[in-house]
Amino acid sequence: MSANATGGLYGLLTEFDSASQLMKAVEKVRDEGFQKWDVHTPFPVHGMDEAMGIRGTRLPFLVLLSGATGLGLATLMQWWMNAVDYPFIISGKPLFGIPANVPIMFELTVLLSAFACFFGMWILNGLPRWYHPLFTSRRFRRATQDRYFIVIEAQDPKFNLERTRDFLASLGGAVVEEVNESAED
Amino acid sequence: MKSSVTDPLCNTHDDPTKPVELVLDDHDLTSVTKLVSDIVLERKTPLAWWLGIGFTASLTGILFLMIGYLFIKGVGVWGLNNPVSWGWAIVNFVFWVGIGHAGTLISAILFMLRQKWRTGINRFAEAMTIFAVICAGIFPGIHVGRVWVVWWLFPIPNYQSMWPNFRSPLLWDVFAVGTYATVSLLFWYMGMVPDLATLRDRAKGRIQQIVYGVLSLGWNGSHRHWHRYEKAYLLLAGLATPLVLSVHSVVSFDFATAQLPGWHTTIFPPYFVAGAVFSGFAMVGTILIPARQWFGLKSIITLHHLENMNKVILATGSMVGFAYATEFFIAWYGGNPNESFAFVNRAFGPYAWAYWIMVTCNVVTPQLFWFKKIRTNIPVMWIMYIFVNIGMWFERFVITVTSLSRDFLPSAWDYYNPTIVDILTFVGSWGLFLTLVLLFIRFLPMVAMAEVKTVMPIADAHSGERRSVGDYHGDIPRDGGAK
Repeated sequence: MSANATGGLYGLLTEFDSASQLMKAVEKVRDEGFQKWDVHTPFPVHGMDEAMGIRGTRLPFLVLLSGATGLGLATLMQWWMNAVDYPFIISGKPLFGIPANVPIMFELTVLLSAFACFFGMWILNGLPRWYHPLFTSRRFRRATQDRYFIVIEAQDPKFNLERTRDFLASLGGAVVEEVNESAED
Repeated sequence: MKSSVTDPLCNTHDDPTKPVELVLDDHDLTSVTKLVSDIVLERKTPLAWWLGIGFTASLTGILFLMIGYLFIKGVGVWGLNNPVSWGWAIVNFVFWVGIGHAGTLISAILFMLRQKWRTGINRFAEAMTIFAVICAGIFPGIHVGRVWVVWWLFPIPNYQSMWPNFRSPLLWDVFAVGTYATVSLLFWYMGMVPDLATLRDRAKGRIQQIVYGVLSLGWNGSHRHWHRYEKAYLLLAGLATPLVLSVHSVVSFDFATAQLPGWHTTIFPPYFVAGAVFSGFAMVGTILIPARQWFGLKSIITLHHLENMNKVILATGSMVGFAYATEFFIAWYGGNPNESFAFVNRAFGPYAWAYWIMVTCNVVTPQLFWFKKIRTNIPVMWIMYIFVNIGMWFERFVITVTSLSRDFLPSAWDYYNPTIVDILTFVGSWGLFLTLVLLFIRFLPMVAMAEVKTVMPIADAHSGERRSVGDYHGDIPRDGGAK
């Protein structure tokens, strides 16, 4: 009953079966001022970023940085390898000239940008993470199939088992379920 | 919406006032998930699949036998002769790389162009891209003669303190094809993670749960994750868009930077790219049509999708035909006797048979797609795809072999014939390609479920009314729709 009776509790989840219902509920959770909460959906629902109040990601900046590194590396590599360390004299052409080096500059820019994009996205998302308390809920398995979930974590400063449960119940979802940090068995 | 009189699975009517429904048969999220994931998780492996993979795996075995034989004996086992030092191996390389263009075109360029129909076919096309690039990569690798020093292709320090020549288009090729293969693989895998998580959550067997669990990286549909995921997807698509156009341009430099009549032309990069897209779409269609038929995916990969692909084939096929005509015009107008001889020789010389197969398959065949009846007739379009595949292989043969066999000096001319090793290696590469395709359709989600869900009317959170076209990656106005 007390506010801190949250021992092994990870959080509370509630389930919706339509995207428009979900959207209205999400706006209410945001306005309530919760911080550690999330929405789980089988596909990216549009307008959800605004509804949840998610700020932009640093990812594009990382990609730009990495792409510039690729471009610089490609230029340096070609110049050093073909004009300095092992000068290639072919048909009286200059040892280093931009036009002949453009293709590899382009390829390495794209390659390194793509690496930053792919790996950066997973790292910023904290994945791979093969265990998650939510995976203990059978109901939650439909989050990757055909149902929408809102989860409020027990760690949230505004979390109070009773009041948060009542609040979630008032959003009009199907059920409110407690999720523990680890499976009971 | 759909016509009540005709086939309920036909959505090819042209009515600009109504958006086309991309998912038919009254599917909802549950049924789409079930339809796609049951193919992998529930359905018993069909006997035909076992027979198919038995056959294609045997062909793959032949490929490796031929490669082993080549390694032991040297490139002399191929039909290469003195003027024609690039034979089937290079033809096959260019052919397979070309095939590999459709996937990333569909997933990246059509994504940037907001073509929502791509969601039904992108996974399949991307998979096919990767398999085709694997087949392509084999050929230049085994063509180098001394395969044990093939690592000299890469800028790796070696005992001779020697570096590769970065001004050589052959080296550009290593980087272009390597980057393309890597980026396509990342794009494909990233797109598949949410669907692998779906499979993990539906799997009943322990092994399936573990394998799909590991592969799906712990994806749980969190919207904080989706947010970065969508951004990453958009960025990757933006990066892959110029990449797709660059790969075959670089491949064409292998030819265009040479002095040889018939190769030394500036039209090659755009002409190669158009041809690559043309052949890639034909190959996607060749494999997609049986797959949608056998696995009951007609309501997701609809006739509208196929018709759109046929329109792309018509457009790119016309570009290819136009390029053939331009080449001839320039050969005459340029006034270079060697150049004009090379083209007359192509059409009327010893390889005229190959040239006219190419023209018939690539120029004449796609023009039939102007007719809607043909564009929407599945058996007919499948036969057309086969013609395009044949024609595009011959295009590469004609370009590579005719120019080499008769260049400047008549005393150096010779006719090129492939050997049985050439032929079996090519046949074997088909075996490898089809084996990978069969493994893919058995073990991985063939359709991008999460993406298909976004183009269903049910996906729209903002309005009660049914919208026939949903959105992927947000082109709803920021403030728009919300009541």
